[in-house]
Parts: sequence; structure tokens; C-alpha cells
Amino acid sequence: MALSAQQLPRWFNSVKLGSFINATQITKRFPRPGKTWLYSFCAQPQMSSDNYLLQRGFKTYRTSSLWNSSQPTNSSWQENNSAQSTLLPSVNEPSEKTQHIPSFDPELSVEELDDLPPLSPLEPISEQEAIQIVADPPLPPDTFTLRDYVDHSETLQKLVLLGVDLSNIEKHPEAANLLLRLDFEKDIKKILLFLKDLGLEDNQLGPFLSKNYAIFSEDLENLKTRVAYLQSKNFSKADIAQMVRNAPFLLSFSVERLDNRLGFFQKELELSVKKTRDLVVRLPRLLTGSLEPVKENMKVYRLELGFKHNEIQHMVTRIPKMLTANKRKLTETFDYVHNVMSIPHHIIVKFPQVFNTRLFKVKERHLFLTYLGRAQYDPQKPNYISLDKLVSIPDKIFCEEIAKASVQDYEKFLKTL
Amino acid sequence: MGSASLAQLHGLFAVYKPPGLKWLHLRDTVELQLLKGLNAGKPRAPKQRVRFLLGPREGSEEKELTLTATSVPTLTTHPLVCGPAFTSLKIGVGHRLDVQASGVLVLGVGRGRRLLTDMYNAHLTKNYTVRGILGKATDNFCEDGRLVEKTTYDHVTREKLDRILAVIQGSHQKALVKYSNLDLKSQEAYEMAVRGVIRPMHKSPVLVTGIRCVHFAPPEFVLELQCMHETQQQLRSLVHEVGLELKTTAVCSQVRRTRDGFFTLDDALLRTQWDLHSIQQAIQAAAPRVAAELEKNLRPELDGQQLPGSGQPWDSKGLSSSLAPESRPGH
Repeated sequence: MALSAQQLPRWFNSVKLGSFINATQITKRFPRPGKTWLYSFCAQPQMSSDNYLLQRGFKTYRTSSLWNSSQPTNSSWQENNSAQSTLLPSVNEPSEKTQHIPSFDPELSVEELDDLPPLSPLEPISEQEAIQIVADPPLPPDTFTLRDYVDHSETLQKLVLLGVDLSNIEKHPEAANLLLRLDFEKDIKKILLFLKDLGLEDNQLGPFLSKNYAIFSEDLENLKTRVAYLQSKNFSKADIAQMVRNAPFLLSFSVERLDNRLGFFQKELELSVKKTRDLVVRLPRLLTGSLEPVKENMKVYRLELGFKHNEIQHMVTRIPKMLTANKRKLTETFDYVHNVMSIPHHIIVKFPQVFNTRLFKVKERHLFLTYLGRAQYDPQKPNYISLDKLVSIPDKIFCEEIAKASVQDYEKFLKTL
Repeated sequence: MGSASLAQLHGLFAVYKPPGLKWLHLRDTVELQLLKGLNAGKPRAPKQRVRFLLGPREGSEEKELTLTATSVPTLTTHPLVCGPAFTSLKIGVGHRLDVQASGVLVLGVGRGRRLLTDMYNAHLTKNYTVRGILGKATDNFCEDGRLVEKTTYDHVTREKLDRILAVIQGSHQKALVKYSNLDLKSQEAYEMAVRGVIRPMHKSPVLVTGIRCVHFAPPEFVLELQCMHETQQQLRSLVHEVGLELKTTAVCSQVRRTRDGFFTLDDALLRTQWDLHSIQQAIQAAAPRVAAELEKNLRPELDGQQLPGSGQPWDSKGLSSSLAPESRPGH
């Protein structure tokens, strides 16, 4: 006797839960190495038939007693599994799949029900029913890459279209899990709209989210509080948008942390409030990065390189990157500029860009000028060459205007170094 | 397209290593620049996948469903999902240069790495320009080392220096012949000795095939030398020994390689030229010369004897081209 498609759902749902709970019991007793989430119930035939025989007699008792505890066991098992595995255990199934009847194993499910006759797979069914059987290969239950899920998950597709770099996010399994579980309409959209209100353009959302994907786990209220705090400190809306763009993790910092950082920079540099604000807007990385290198660099400038406090203030307002520069490179550059090129402190203060350039560039250009006899860095004397012209202009213009030689001569000279 | 450029990226090319840069950092920088260039090319065409979709059959009155195979675009090959197309390149380094030395450094990409081994087995000579300063001795033979001794050098003249360099060249010449494992009584060995192209084709200690002074302005002097199986520190110790022979002391201020086998300074790429396009051009320009020279040097030897190499000492260069007829058939 063939079961029609309409009859199946009525008993199938109860069977589904019953067999699922059995699976829970079995996996608890026989811990399996595979951390598989049972997508289809084809995994069941692997279990020994003995267990089913054992449980069939007590089946009704078990289902009724475990009905109340089914939900907690279900969720705890899920949590256990997700805690164990560092990979992606769950799939955000697209809606169309759940409407189809999942593939069932007729022998197994019907074995449990004594009243209905067994349904054989050799029973003829109509063409239309056959077409409606969905037998797509199942999605892998855990994997190391988001490539396997991107075609089936609307959230991931929309993120890729926005420009988010999934290949970096999949290297962090917790973040990837989070993205898979979120729903675009409910969770992600709220945050995207918030970011747009902040002033980020559409094409900037992608790079922002690629860096700070953890923003989806933040509470929207917290984010709004932080923006309100920044506005209370008289940062304009455009300033805040620029800061968030350049330092995506800014909004993940709590209000008191931001407060501490701003306070630190104000105390350390002893600049006016407006200048501190400009500094932070130019280099918002100062607020999100570690403070130890900044403290070290301030000591280096003062004690090792011998700059006075007002000189440091001037240099830092011109080139904020100096605060986070590498200490070794700073000292090497200063050593060359001050001792080999014999440039005194007050001229270096006027051109702090020299701390922002690569040392080899300064060396090569200086040696070329010395070879030509044009290495004159004293403003009092004629043919003076200022440091910013030495470092900040491209090779072609440097050769033609400053060194008054051709680029080929410069290249030939470089090959003699 | 990225893969077409990658197909052309096989072969040898030379870069100019600046002083103060480790050879490994240079190799990594070149790799990064090449990857940047390859990934900046046109991305691959997006793939499609076939899905069987349920839909009403055309041309039927009832609502009959049928499966139709449609090709839908897939995001699995999108660069934001897969990552950049090229993540690593295989680049090998030829004869290495230490941190303070500078000069021609041969690199091999892809299939060119095999040619690096061939170049090594060809045992070609290399040209160096070594700059020395009289009057000081340090512990590591360089200018920045700990000072050990200071001496006067007024007694040093050009003739004395030349005499000492000739003695050095002579002693190394003897070693050349000894390590080349040649039967000196044979005709081929005699002809090769006449041309001055005897050199060992297997591992040997450092051999200087030619050395001369090109500039002498006390306390500075500049030597040009040809050598094989050397390290740059051995060349610096050579400068120290020259100072000792002159009854004074000397330190080495610069070691610069001007030729490595058949790659000269003209072939070497500067730091500004370390990008995909220039390197591809350099590989293509050097390819015919590399093939010809390696073939000449690695042809099977007859009776275990040597073949003429391209690294001939310059004092016999004029002689060899005019005097030595091509007596060996087919070479």
C-alpha cells in the first residue's frame, strides 16, 4: 500500500522528533569523533539495529518523558558541539529547502511504526512526485571555508556584493560562525543603516566590515552612546565619519576607554583641546592602537634624540605618524641625518617628514648630492637644499631640479654604491 | 590576464642588491612586488553552476512541473570569497651576497630555478670591486668594527701594491691548476693553459683568477678582482692581508659585485624597477644569452677535461680571441 505524500507529514513529524532524540541518546553514550549536525537522517542507518530494537519497546514512554526535556537537550548538545568544533557546525538554510520534503529513509522510519505497512522504494510513484524529491548533495556540516556556503546563504551573498572580504573573515572561525547565523534583514541591516547615518558611503562599507566584522556582535545602543560621546567632545559629524573610516575598530571601544585615551594624549602632549582633536582626527589609529609604543617614542624623542618639548609638539602636529613609528628606524634615521649629514636639531624640527621616509631613500639621495658636490643643507649659505625637497619629491623631479642631473646618471650612481 | 603573465614568468634575471639589505629580504620584496603585479591583472571570468530548477512545463495546459537545467552564476570563484588568485611564487637566489656587500644578484623564477643549479655547476667566475682604506685594522675587517690597530702608511707606493697583487695572483694561479684536476701533459690542457681558461669544475677553496689595482690615492685604494667559490668576508680578509704584506694595515670599506657569470651591471635591476613588467622584460632579454652560455659550459666533457668558460681574465682576453683557433671540432 503506497503512502501518499499528504499522509506522510502527519506521522513523520512525530517520528522525526522521536528519532532525533534517539540520536541524541546514542551520541551521548557513544561519543563520536565526527561533530556532525544531522542535516538529513541518512546518518541513522549507521547506528546498530540493536539500539532500535531496544528502544522500540520503550519508545512511547521515552518520547513522552523526554518531550519536555527535548528542547534543553537539543540546545545543550548543539552548544557542546559548537564549543568542541572550531569549524562551522550550522547552516543558515535558505527558505525554499525547508518547504520540500526532506529525503527520508523509508525502511528505518517506518520500522518504528507497527500500524502502517512498510513503504518500499520500489513502489511506483508518479512523475510529478519523483520530480519533487529534492536530492541535492547536502551542504558540508563543517568546513574551513565560506566558499561552500556562499551560494546557499543570502547573508553571505549580500555581504560579498557590498564588498566584504570573506576570505579574511573565514580565517577567524568565531566570526565566520557569527556571520552565518545572522539574518541579513534582522541584524545586519540595522548596523549597516547606522553606519550609513554616521556618514560612511556605500563603497566604504565593504572595507570597513572586512576589518571590523565584530561590529555585528555589538549592541546598537552601545554604538549610539559612543557616537554621542564623541559628539559631546565637539567632534563634528564629518570628523567622526573620517575617524571611523580610517580606524574601523573605533566604535568597538567603550566610552570610558575612549575617554582614557583622549585624556592620555591631552596630558602627554600638553596640546590645546582643538589641536588634540585635529591630531586624533588625522590619525584615529592613535585611539585604537596600543599606548606603550607612544610612551616609548615620547621618551626617545626627549631623552635619546634630545628634542625639547615644544619641538616635539610642533613635529607631532605636523606628522602624527611619528608617535607610532618604529623606535629602531627612528634612531637610525636620526643618527644618519644628524651625524652623517650634519643637520642640527632646529632644522630637523622644521622638516619632520624626514622621520616618515625610508632611510635608504635619504641615504641614496644624500650620497648622490655629495658626489655632485651639491650637498648643502645650511640655509645661510647659497644653493641651500631643504630637507623636505630632499625626501618628499619623486625621483624624476629630484634629479632634474635639485641635483640638476639626469635620471640615468642617478641610476648609474646607484649602481656604484 | 594574471595567468598569462605567470606563464611568462620563468627564467633568470639579475637585481642590484643595495648595501645594508639582507638577501632574503630582497628576495621576499621581489616576491611581494611580483604577486602584487599578478593580482592586479584582470580577474578570472566568474564561473557558473548548473542547477535543476522546478518550473511549469511550457506548452502544456495543466500545471505540470518539470526540471530544467539552468546555468546560474556562482560566487564561489569571486575574489572576495576565494582570496587573491596568487599567494606565493617560487623564487630562488643564486650566489648570495652578505648584508654589507652590494652588486649583481641573480634570481630565478619558476622553471628558471633549475637554471640556477646549472649556473652553479658551470663554475663561472665573478668580478668584484673592493675598496680598502690603509692605516686601520679592525676585528671584522670592516670600517664599523672594533678598532684593533692604527699604523702609518706613508711608505706605501703603487709599485709595492702592484707587486704584492701579482704575487697573490701567481699563488692562486698555482692553486687553480691544482684544483682543476687536469692532466697537464695533454694537448688540450696545454691549449687551455695558453688561453688561460683553466679553472676547477668542482668544489674548491676560494680562488682568485685575477687581481689588479685600479685606483690608488692613499689612504684609499680600489682593487678589481675576479674570483670563484668565494664569500665576501674572504675578500675583506684579503684586503686585510694586502695591508699586512705592505707592512701596514688596511680595512675594507666596500665590496661590490660587478659581474656574476654572464650577468653584468647593465642587466641588474634597481630597486625602482622591481615590478612585474620590468622583471618580465629582463627575463626575456636575458633568456637567449643564458641558454647559449649554459649550453656552452655544460656540454659533456671529453676525457674529463674542461671547456672554455666565459669568465676569462682580462689580461689574456685580447690574446685569447686572436691567438686561439677553434681547434676542437664542434665547439
